[in-house]
Amino acid sequence: MWNTIVNSTPEIFWAGIKFTIPLTLISFAIGFVIAVVTALVRTSTPKGNPVVAGLWGLLKLFLSFYVWLFRSTPLLVQLFIVFFGLPNIGIQFDAFSAGIITFSLNTGAYCSETVRGAISSIPDSQWEAAYSIGMTYRQVLFRIVFPQALRVALPPLSNSFIGLVKDTSLASSITILEMFMVSQQIAAKNYEPLLMYSIVAVVYAVFCTVLSVAQHYLERYMSRYVQVTGE
Amino acid sequence: MIKLEHVDKQFADHHALNDINVEFPEHETTVILGPSGAGKSTLLRSLNLLERPQSGIYQINDEKVDFSQELSTSQILRVRRKTGMVFQSWNLFPHLTILQNITEGPIHVLKQSKQEAEANATKLLQQVGLDGTQHRYPSQLSGGQQQRISICRALAMDPEYILFDEPTSALDPELEAQVLHVLLTLAQSKQSMIVVTHNMEFARRVATKIIFVEDGKVEFDGTPSEFFDHPTDRIHAFLNGMQF
Repeated sequence: MWNTIVNSTPEIFWAGIKFTIPLTLISFAIGFVIAVVTALVRTSTPKGNPVVAGLWGLLKLFLSFYVWLFRSTPLLVQLFIVFFGLPNIGIQFDAFSAGIITFSLNTGAYCSETVRGAISSIPDSQWEAAYSIGMTYRQVLFRIVFPQALRVALPPLSNSFIGLVKDTSLASSITILEMFMVSQQIAAKNYEPLLMYSIVAVVYAVFCTVLSVAQHYLERYMSRYVQVTGE
Repeated sequence: MIKLEHVDKQFADHHALNDINVEFPEHETTVILGPSGAGKSTLLRSLNLLERPQSGIYQINDEKVDFSQELSTSQILRVRRKTGMVFQSWNLFPHLTILQNITEGPIHVLKQSKQEAEANATKLLQQVGLDGTQHRYPSQLSGGQQQRISICRALAMDPEYILFDEPTSALDPELEAQVLHVLLTLAQSKQSMIVVTHNMEFARRVATKIIFVEDGKVEFDGTPSEFFDHPTDRIHAFLNGMQF
């Protein structure tokens, strides 16, 4: 048994480095951008020009539909539609791209709600104070609101991030050779499913623990200006 | 000189500003008084364009704003450059240090160099007696200290007018005195100020002009001695209402 562990763990770990981690990082980065844009569009209303306002309204409607769609259907089904389904109408992706697209859109939908909540948690008085010293909308957003909102959003965003690490195991079903797929293949050869799936579980846990520790330090840094007790 | 002509703002259920015609002279301290909900804050916030009246003309030095027109972003920014704002609950940026709170506008709006902005901020902190707090965060200071910092934040932009929206209403009397002392010094240095307050002693001692607002209308516009020594019946009732 010891031999099996020593021989197969590096292989599983390598699959993690090669697929699980890139899938997670790239998808989360894209998903986060989607989330911020979606949240900003859904929380703002442009004034003035009725044509712009109308188009903005349509965009909002479309984004609400997108968030609803991805939160109301299983991730596995979404992966199958993108990878196996879309070729039927002539849209074809390689497995890795299909994975990135689906995971990004899924994460984006969930995180957009997190970001939206975090932005609305920053009181109007902060916007007013920043506007009163002559800042533009963009300056207020990037210099005053986002830094404070990020602190509020960090715990739920970390949840989504850690969730995504584990959700990438579903990519095995669309032929991506990530950790879970590799452990399945080894188990099929050595007839040690309990051992193999336990090993892969441990590797996932190691990855997620690293992230949890990073979250802890990041939270501590971002809360440096918050006083726990009064003076 | 700030001049308002026929400024009007209507909310769904009440008339917040009803045909306001008033002037705020330069280098003087104008105090706006009136009962709660009279429209004092709305009037003050309109000068910084945080509130947008529906009609009327607002002239601040060489800048003319017609409230019945759509305002361009550049015009809004120009007016805000001329008017600093101090809020009732100070609204400092909690994620920035005291120094960063004061230099944020000068560096990113006025495009001053960091050294210049920081040197100026330190000078302002000395003026309000808070030198040494540069690297602390707002949450580590008392309300009175935070309010004095927020005055520094407004002063650092070198505005033509500073607008104070009930700057001491959230403070206990001792801290209030510290803040009023700063306001008094500013008034003596001929800074143009407009102050909404409930502090009658401050109005009597510091104001050069008093405006009494009620139900969105300017009911009195004159000197403190007229206001306090020869009050109309309504003002008399207002002043008496504060005694117990």
